[in-house]
Amino acid sequence: MMSTTTRFKTLKDMPTRDYLSPGNTLCAGCGGILAVRIFHKVLGPNVAWVNAAGCMTVTMSYPLSPLKSNWLYTAFASAPAGAQGVRDALDVLIAKGKLSATEDLKVVVVTGDGAAYDIGLQATAGALDRHLDFYYLCYDNEAYGNTGFQVSSSTPFGSATKTTPATVAYPLGNTARKKDLFEVWRSMRAPYVATLSNSHGVDFLRKVEKGMRVKGPKMYIALAACPTGWGFDSRESVEVEKLAVATGSWPLREAVDGVVRHTVIPRTLTPVREYLKTQERFRHLFEPAEKVDAIAVIQQSINAYWKEAGAREGFEVKVPTGTA
Amino acid sequence: MKGKLMTGNVAAASGAMLARVDYIPAYPITPQTEIIETIADWVREGKMDSRFTQLESEHSMLTAAGAASLAGARVFTATSSQGMLYTIEMLYNVAGWRAPMLLVNVSRGVAAPIVLEPDHNDVLAARDSGFLQFHSETCQEVTDLVLMAYRVAEDKRVMLPAIVNLDGFYLSFTREPVILPEQKLVDRFLPPYEPVGPLRASTPVSRGSSVFEGFLYSYFRYNEHAAALKAKEVFNEAAQEFEGLFGRSYGPVEGYMLDDADYVLVMSNSFTALGRQAVRRMRERGVKAGLLKILMVRPFPAEEIAALLRGRKVVGVFDQNLAPGSGGIFYPEIAAALYHVRGRPGAILPIVGALGGKQITSAEMASVFEEMMAIDREGKIPKPMFLMRKDELGRVKKMVSIAEGKA
Repeated sequence: MMSTTTRFKTLKDMPTRDYLSPGNTLCAGCGGILAVRIFHKVLGPNVAWVNAAGCMTVTMSYPLSPLKSNWLYTAFASAPAGAQGVRDALDVLIAKGKLSATEDLKVVVVTGDGAAYDIGLQATAGALDRHLDFYYLCYDNEAYGNTGFQVSSSTPFGSATKTTPATVAYPLGNTARKKDLFEVWRSMRAPYVATLSNSHGVDFLRKVEKGMRVKGPKMYIALAACPTGWGFDSRESVEVEKLAVATGSWPLREAVDGVVRHTVIPRTLTPVREYLKTQERFRHLFEPAEKVDAIAVIQQSINAYWKEAGAREGFEVKVPTGTA
Repeated sequence: MKGKLMTGNVAAASGAMLARVDYIPAYPITPQTEIIETIADWVREGKMDSRFTQLESEHSMLTAAGAASLAGARVFTATSSQGMLYTIEMLYNVAGWRAPMLLVNVSRGVAAPIVLEPDHNDVLAARDSGFLQFHSETCQEVTDLVLMAYRVAEDKRVMLPAIVNLDGFYLSFTREPVILPEQKLVDRFLPPYEPVGPLRASTPVSRGSSVFEGFLYSYFRYNEHAAALKAKEVFNEAAQEFEGLFGRSYGPVEGYMLDDADYVLVMSNSFTALGRQAVRRMRERGVKAGLLKILMVRPFPAEEIAALLRGRKVVGVFDQNLAPGSGGIFYPEIAAALYHVRGRPGAILPIVGALGGKQITSAEMASVFEEMMAIDREGKIPKPMFLMRKDELGRVKKMVSIAEGKA
């Protein structure tokens, strides 16, 4: 049974020590790098970040690095395999007495949703099958952000992207539903899976802390509000994430040995409309006239999610009406 | 000293064991699988003090291999054919990381169509990846070149990954006597791997960082090229020590009956044995035939090739690979090596043959030498030869008519 004690009671317990120096080449207001920063604070200094192509790749640009820890860029599809190589090498070298255990590292895969949901899913499945002792931090900005915002299987219904633009013939932008990667990973028997939001710091810190007590794959999906891709003012990043949680469109949950629990329950859901209208990517849902039916579809799917979750876990959430 | 009978695959695995590798990320593919099965068995029997992990693809296998090498482990892995093609993105990455791991490739033709027997399109697809390449003719060479490859790859003047190639079936499943070097002597020849700037808690590093300036990128790429070129000198030094310790001598190229040869066939890998036999037969007929075997494919031993081919009447380049729309892959490299050489051969005949392990008869080999002689005699411009016998063509026609429902 996993210990429930925590050193994180309030936001004031956020570790002050940073392993990411201020100043990097990422966009102002990037939710992804904020998640990396908080994650690193909990893990401490001895980390090997293993990266797949994405926004983080660009900031580790020779000869500079904002990180005070190890970094290895692998390739788009195979960061978890890179983590496997690093973990196996450290294990075998320590076991053979060729390396002091004090040199050991926490191995953390860090990728965007393009790598996690799409091109790297096979490599992640392999790492899960092998019960690799590692962390996976997916900063999820719900599209291929680094290449300029193209659709990924994480893109939500109704979002416009550069490859699913909203046009007269395609008024809704992306019509595919967002893949539930949390459930995909859970079904692959990851011992710990959690979603994170930068707007809910204590929840975030506790989940990383909890994962540190787990041997095997510790899998995280952090909402990464993306000012440039989503289209909002960069200072609004954390507010936008807060709304994502308040509207129930970004459920904060965890699965311990497959058992799901929602860690933040928005007792009265804010209508999703409030979240959608903060962002350019959903602008076509409001202009030239509000697409009431489409917004209702989104609201209903959120309502259905929370009804089902509430029934399973024994809580109740007051949901807005489907017609917003 | 008499050798122990073993397949080329077991010879490769034995090389890994003698090299005391730390880590073997693996993925099965015919005809390589026996290598990883053998090693998995040895690791689980406690005969090898190594970690064995089976990955979910060759792409991941190479990623794990390169990453482990950067973390300080001596890494061995193996693949073949489609697997080699599937690794390509990572081959370039691992070479750029300067991670001196070893990949054994068991050559097999590439799809489509699917085939199991060898040609060298798989390993030559890795030609420009930055991996050093050593190609073996015999099972003994497989073991020896594994040890040589680690020695060269891990040298601080080189620090590049390497491929040792052996032909599927003709070597992989063929038992030949192999003298396994004594462990004590191998340890002297091949000291433990010393990584440069490994991933560590006390001394963190960034590897695989991005580079957004063309001049900086060019610098790193030129650096890789310079290191690959340096590998030849390092190989020669290592070969001398190898000969001193084990009594077998290797060079980037090997000449056979070259002294007074007018007609020289250039070959690589296991089919070289057929070339040697053809040379002997031509000699019996009074033809001054000879053979040049290329063992080191990367770095390309252009000077050695030029030195041994200058003054010959006609050179034939036997390419067991095909670049559709161009011809053989070795041909232009050898022609380039000879272009500025004073007394360069009068003509270079391109030959493509033995694709997908197509058998080559002694008559076919003889026809190659006869063509070289005819080119010399008649002063004609060589036309590429694509080896296919009349009886084989007859069988092709029969099968095509079955496929078309006509038979």
